[in-house]
Amino acid sequence: MISADLFSNAVVSGLLLGGFYAAVAIGLAIVFGQLDIVNIAHPAFIIVGAYIAYILNSRFGFDPVFVGLLAAPAFFVVGAVIYRVYFLAFERTGQESLSGLAFFFGVMFIIEVVLILIYGVDYRLVQADYIGQSWRIGFVDFPLRMLVPFAVAAALTAAIYVFMSRTFMGRAIQAVAQDRLALQLMGADPVRIKQWAFGLGIATAAIAGSLLIVIGPVEPSVGRLYIGRAFAIVVLGGMGSIKGMFIAALILGIVESMVSTFAGPSWSPAVAFGVLAITLALRPAGLFGRR
Amino acid sequence: MKAAAFWGTLAAIFVAGLALTTVLENEYYYNALYLILQAMLMAVAWNILGGFTGYVNFGSAAFFAMGAYTTVALNKALGLPLPLLILAGGAVGGLVGFGLGYLTLRLKGVYFAIATLAMAIVIETFIANWTYVGGARGSYMLTPDKHLWFDSYIQMLFMVMLLLTLGAVAVSRMLNSSRLGRGLAAIRDDEVAAESAGVPTLRLKLVSTTVMGGMMGVAGAPFPYFVTFVDPVSAFNLFIAVNAIAMPMIGGTGHWIGPVIGALLVGTTQEIVKVTVSSELNVLIVGVMLVVFITLAPQGIVGLVKKHWKRKP
Repeated sequence: MISADLFSNAVVSGLLLGGFYAAVAIGLAIVFGQLDIVNIAHPAFIIVGAYIAYILNSRFGFDPVFVGLLAAPAFFVVGAVIYRVYFLAFERTGQESLSGLAFFFGVMFIIEVVLILIYGVDYRLVQADYIGQSWRIGFVDFPLRMLVPFAVAAALTAAIYVFMSRTFMGRAIQAVAQDRLALQLMGADPVRIKQWAFGLGIATAAIAGSLLIVIGPVEPSVGRLYIGRAFAIVVLGGMGSIKGMFIAALILGIVESMVSTFAGPSWSPAVAFGVLAITLALRPAGLFGRR
Repeated sequence: MKAAAFWGTLAAIFVAGLALTTVLENEYYYNALYLILQAMLMAVAWNILGGFTGYVNFGSAAFFAMGAYTTVALNKALGLPLPLLILAGGAVGGLVGFGLGYLTLRLKGVYFAIATLAMAIVIETFIANWTYVGGARGSYMLTPDKHLWFDSYIQMLFMVMLLLTLGAVAVSRMLNSSRLGRGLAAIRDDEVAAESAGVPTLRLKLVSTTVMGGMMGVAGAPFPYFVTFVDPVSAFNLFIAVNAIAMPMIGGTGHWIGPVIGALLVGTTQEIVKVTVSSELNVLIVGVMLVVFITLAPQGIVGLVKKHWKRKP
């Protein structure tokens, strides 16, 4: 027999978790969903974002989310540079399928090992006033360390959504995804637009990283758990759909929360793969796919 | 390479290994050689699916761990001898590989690669929750007293691994130059075209994934005896998966010699760095070598050599 308060707490914490997952997956929804670049190193950049939040928080007492916003422009530049290298080495020569994949795999591994070499495998955490607090409505808990990431992630998703549909650059990115050749015929440079989009995707990792370390302690290898999650969300939501991505993130959050409440937390990493496998088997285009 | 020369070389390497165990006593060298050979076996296995057939497998560590945990489970349940454990590890790895082969029906390219990565995490979750083999806490293995005529157990393990690796290289060469290998290359270059030209793509892909999984299971089976303590973190280590990808990519993926060259180069560098600089930095080396090589020489060392040969009149 499932008790009502256990159930509703699981749903609420799943929703909050899912909102955070949207921040994790949104960069990939742009880079993989729109540009078809398989950046499996994306979660590694999120971990870098988390460590930057940790460093500035423990040194100067900055608020972690503020640090995330501060670091985003730097991440944008890094992302643009990485796309340049990727384009010159693989995309231009048509070798992105094998070499490009291995490239990002290598980048992910380098980031993880460098972080371990500098900071070790100890869990790091941040201090902020809201982290220990919790709101309570009825018998449902709203811990602020989950609510704040949810709110920031929702705002981030909304901002990207508006950017993609309203601004010139956002529409150009969608145009690259739809028809690259037509874009070239219109006199636009697809490489420059893709570089912009890739930078934007990596910039969101800075914010997602700061949220990750607000939710709980972080060590370098936790990023790997998010690879399956992020790709499951993007595929379930449908390639290229920001709205679908957000709904998929909430679904995954709730399912994971249910599994960890009723089957045990050690099973939750397997949930993302289940979702991914079922989606690919039943509806490969996802909920709101562009194909 | 001519067939006679190839088999002669394999036999010579095996005899050289045997001779080494009679003159060299320092156990460190056998440790290092074992690790290089283990990585080479994994790289050769990865190349059969990744290099010959064009499907990227990020989950190599899962197959390796399946072999290792088969050893742990069967050793605990029945106390089988090592040769049978290696066979069992290979069978389990091959079976999982066979299942992975059916996955290629629906998952192409990127999706397949991500699925293998996720599969590794799922299998790791299951092993970490399986208390019989130690769960997340891991389990100890006792090194047996008997080691044939060798001076120590590690010497015997080294010879076992040498034999397994030479066998894998021979299988890989046969696959590469056979009719079957040409079918795999056709799949790699254009799967739809291969299918419509009458290549039995599914059957060939199943052979490819099964052989790959079997070899990786075989590579993992002696591992518990080598380290004497296995836990999910060490058996599913990302380092194993990165090595398995990096070595063929650095050596050159299309040809059977590619992963062998890559494994010799990367494996030796790792061991030298481990001794001379630090045992932490040697993990980083492979990542850096991978990224540098595929950015600057996408065809690997074999590709560079071929280019050089062509330029000569």
